[in-house]
Amino acid sequence: MSSDPLVVVVGGGPAGMAAARTLVEAGLRPLVLDKGPRPGGRKWQKPATAGFERRLPGHDPDLAERAIAEFLGMIDRIDWYPGTTVLDATRDRLWALGSDGVIDQTPWDALLVATGALDRVVPLPGWTLPGVYTLGGAQAALKVHGCAVGRRVAFLGTGPLLWLAAAQHLTAGAEVALVADTSHRLGALAALPDLLSAPQRLALGLACFRIVRRAGVPIRLGVRAAIVEGNETVRGISVESRGGRRHFACDAVAMGFGLVPQTQLLDLLDVPFDLEPTSGLWLPRTDRSGRTPVPRVYAAGDGARVLGGEAARLSGERAALAILEDLGRPTDPERAARLERELARQERFARGLARAFPFPAELEARTDEDTVVCRCEGVTAGAIASAVRAFGRHDVNAVKALTRCGMGRCQGRLCGLAAARIAARAAGVPLGEAGRLRAQPPIEPLPARARCMVAEPNG
Amino acid sequence: MNAAPSRLRTEVAIVGGGLVGCSTALHLARRRVPCVLLEAERCGAHASGVNYGGVRRQGRALAELPLAGRARRIWGRLERLVGGDGEFRATGHLRLARDEAEVTALEGWIREAARYGAHGELLSRDALRARFPWLSDGFAAGSYCADDGQANPRLVTPLFARAARSEGATILEGRTVVAIERAPPGFVLRAEPELELEARVLVNAAGAWGTRIARLLGEGLPSEPIAPNMLVSEPLPFRIEPNLGMAGPGIYLRQVPDGSVIFGGGRGTVDLERRRCRPSFATSLSTIEEACRVVPELARASIIRTWAGIEGRTPDDLPIIGPSPGVAGLFHAFGFSGHGFMLAPAVGAVLAELILDGHSATSLAGLEPARFAPGSAAAA
Repeated sequence: MSSDPLVVVVGGGPAGMAAARTLVEAGLRPLVLDKGPRPGGRKWQKPATAGFERRLPGHDPDLAERAIAEFLGMIDRIDWYPGTTVLDATRDRLWALGSDGVIDQTPWDALLVATGALDRVVPLPGWTLPGVYTLGGAQAALKVHGCAVGRRVAFLGTGPLLWLAAAQHLTAGAEVALVADTSHRLGALAALPDLLSAPQRLALGLACFRIVRRAGVPIRLGVRAAIVEGNETVRGISVESRGGRRHFACDAVAMGFGLVPQTQLLDLLDVPFDLEPTSGLWLPRTDRSGRTPVPRVYAAGDGARVLGGEAARLSGERAALAILEDLGRPTDPERAARLERELARQERFARGLARAFPFPAELEARTDEDTVVCRCEGVTAGAIASAVRAFGRHDVNAVKALTRCGMGRCQGRLCGLAAARIAARAAGVPLGEAGRLRAQPPIEPLPARARCMVAEPNG
Repeated sequence: MNAAPSRLRTEVAIVGGGLVGCSTALHLARRRVPCVLLEAERCGAHASGVNYGGVRRQGRALAELPLAGRARRIWGRLERLVGGDGEFRATGHLRLARDEAEVTALEGWIREAARYGAHGELLSRDALRARFPWLSDGFAAGSYCADDGQANPRLVTPLFARAARSEGATILEGRTVVAIERAPPGFVLRAEPELELEARVLVNAAGAWGTRIARLLGEGLPSEPIAPNMLVSEPLPFRIEPNLGMAGPGIYLRQVPDGSVIFGGGRGTVDLERRRCRPSFATSLSTIEEACRVVPELARASIIRTWAGIEGRTPDDLPIIGPSPGVAGLFHAFGFSGHGFMLAPAVGAVLAELILDGHSATSLAGLEPARFAPGSAAAA
């Protein structure tokens, strides 16, 4: 039995891998849990072997393979649990479901949460039709499975992922019907000084834009409204911009308006959250090192703040140093300072992105009253607004209680942000007063037949 | 925000905006009695808003049956009283016995409860199998009460609060009572943030905090905070019509119209200071296992959410309802010990009668606070 403290890292993407390496180098044996079958997270998912994957813009298979090989190279010094989903955690214990369907629990002394981010969606008329995917989903289909989500795909949203995913589809030979961005060209120009802080990332973005333009794909900027059309499945999309409203035929839509950190685990551990007013996201409170106000709980990567893969790697390493500092292990203060400087540069780039691709709050607030907001429970924007008016409650958790919005399988991951904005608008209060949906265990659906193979802890 | 003046005067002050407090406010307001309800958080924030949703007489202690009978009549006409049915449905309640001793207990209850107008029907092992094909065959017998049912607690407290307001009651949320002084013939309550409330009559409907409120007036009425642990599955295609419970200790389970199965058992953890509770994962796992033994098909589903809600439990598992034994003008209604949701609509009606008429036709014998008063025969 080792007397070393048990450091648990949740998430085996760039942040979790960098943290694990730093901890191993310091002589600790971290426990790393990840939902995926192999290390790398969403960022470095195992690519398809269709032949095109090495040419995709923004995809560096060598970098991914190097990072994964490095991680696997120290696997005998890591307790590595792939295919493992964390379900709940308290201040001294964490519960997870393994790929074998068995529930296990572990105590922990320090916990690093590096759980990544999901696409942000905006409920639009028709968004629940079969054939509508998130940008991340479409990208995963292409990169991991080597196929496009449709024969003719329209891309709608805003942010670098919109242009990257469209460019990747074109490079792979897929047909792209449209790229529709809610942002304006002017915003991108104003953001240029900040975007220059990470020239390589800026160059990639511009390259994606060029790929789309050269392919002759219709581009709409400053999109104000969009409707996905079709009865049983997607038949087309209508978008409205300054040039008027136009219909584009397509059989699939890939949609995303930036990314949302997956913070359920931090929430269950009582980490406080603050509203970031421009994006409308509630972000877990952390300092520059990744420490949260809750003792021994740390956060890194896109699961804390969406700054991208490179920042995830840096913040994972920085948080691991914070853990070592708090455990009283020797660390190099210069190394921590250097990481924080590099992170500050990534943050500046992220500020530029936020300016170039602002979240289209108006699009969300204007959601038509028949539009389904919560697709798990079939709750419309109109039902949310009328509950708010009928009971004089605009807290999104009260809205959930009154309407079932956010009570389904996804537990409000997709609809919670939109529901809050619709509730705040119906009540005529600032967005912050609608609050945020509180996480409830289990973080992911728990199969009732899953069995717990460990004895009850004493006491 | 409420622009409440820092000093208010009313006839009846109610501490606690759970279902009992809101029901009391509604019944007082319907008789045009000025009342002010102070709620530390939001109405229905704890067990009232997130309880299991059982509406049953079956299995209750006999002392609760007069109140439960009256409550059942109110549940049947909820729409007229509060402008919504709270999804109340008389789906029946099935109470299951595992062994002969439990069967005897079921028979005893059916016999006794008949005197209070509650009717249970004993079902043999074969009858259970024929009527409820989704039920495991591990039960010796069951007792079925057709009048019982279930409702949606997330809707019921907001409906009562809204109805009370529209009848003229004042409900102030986000006001924590921190001190109470006796100022005969009434009381002065001090609440944070900045409010003083003067009232002739005081109702303590503070749920898990009821013992603390009583202590502010020097009354020792025992209760401990509990947080029943509950779960819900994804929707399932088969139909469990009745609300289910066990004759002995164990789980309770019901299926709501969208197909989700709500069930519970055991306890979560409570932090009364921070007014927070949390479901316990270990408790959830053992409850899932037991629920799958009752309804085997449940093993095919996933559990999508667990929760808990804070409430008070008394040493004899019976609520504390009625006039204070020592303080004139003070009425208690708390400590419902995990089964107050069904009773609450009637508790408000009975308290309004006790306050305004000095008596009620509904007996509270066995539930009154006096049973815990030092020196009282009931407390001995």
